[in-house]
Amino acid sequence: MARFSVGDRVRVRAVFPPTPPTHVRTPYYIRGHAGVIERICGAFGNPEELAFGRRYGPKSTLYRVRFRQADIWPDYEGAADDHIEIEIYEFWLEPNERENAA
Amino acid sequence: MSGPSDSHDHDHHHGHEHGHDHHHDHLHPYDPEHHHPHRDDLDDTMTYYKVMESAVRELLIEKGLITAEQVRHQIERMDARTPANGARIVARAWTDPAFKKRLIESPKQAIAEIGHDIGPMHLIVLENTPKVHNVVVCTLCSCYPRWILGLPPDWYKSRAYRSRVVREPRTVLREFGTEIAGDREVRVHDSTADMRYFVLPMRPEGTEGMSEDALAALVGRDAMIGVVEAGAGGMDRAAAE
Repeated sequence: MARFSVGDRVRVRAVFPPTPPTHVRTPYYIRGHAGVIERICGAFGNPEELAFGRRYGPKSTLYRVRFRQADIWPDYEGAADDHIEIEIYEFWLEPNERENAA
Repeated sequence: MSGPSDSHDHDHHHGHEHGHDHHHDHLHPYDPEHHHPHRDDLDDTMTYYKVMESAVRELLIEKGLITAEQVRHQIERMDARTPANGARIVARAWTDPAFKKRLIESPKQAIAEIGHDIGPMHLIVLENTPKVHNVVVCTLCSCYPRWILGLPPDWYKSRAYRSRVVREPRTVLREFGTEIAGDREVRVHDSTADMRYFVLPMRPEGTEGMSEDALAALVGRDAMIGVVEAGAGGMDRAAAE
């Protein structure tokens, strides 16, 4: 079951695993940032396990999350309405309590 | 991936190294001081992963699990996929609104209608509109809808494109000759995991009444990545160059 629904406000966990040996599909530049669930892509094998040949763990729900460019890059020079959308696995997301309470 | 593997350099086929019947001469003007116009062969270094690929492939063949012919055939199939496949999909979507709707809602089925199997690929079709311009990148590596478009261009895999297009997309687009109006959203799609992306560009003005084939010729690879609009930098221009 997907923990989040389309439109939910979420935050990417600000976790910076030591390297190596890790395999992470959440780009560094997006960690810690707040966005909105754009769509649910389905359940997929966890690449952080698959990378080490561990193929039988639980699947993770994959989301596409939408972020405002101006929130990510303080010096962003494009339009205020420019966005970036990224695929992020559920275990990298947490509810954005601050925003949801407001 | 060079370094220790460099020692493998000369184990391989260098029969052509000193031949002058190749295209090297086009790369540099003939210089009598340097009798040997030279660009490095792409296959002159056996990297760790190249060695591993050869070893695994040879083992699989030796054990009878696959044949060399099957490997060759897969490479041939990969090379047969070209942006022309994507251009046909775009041209059909421009001329058939019901197809376009199906393409966006269930790309695999819609693309199968025109004879392409996108295999295990999970495809998302991104429609450009007067309000939104989409552009695709894979910041982590080089994910690309190969099942439709074939292999990605080298610049798509470069660190410069991958790091810059997320941070300053409008500047990067401008370098491709694409100016997006300030009141039109630029939406970057970072292909980080299991989805692959395909941009459905806007149909250029003044193309009413054109045949599907003629329309397809306006759609180049770069328009389906989203760094240009259709008609700009399309295959027509590539053919003219």
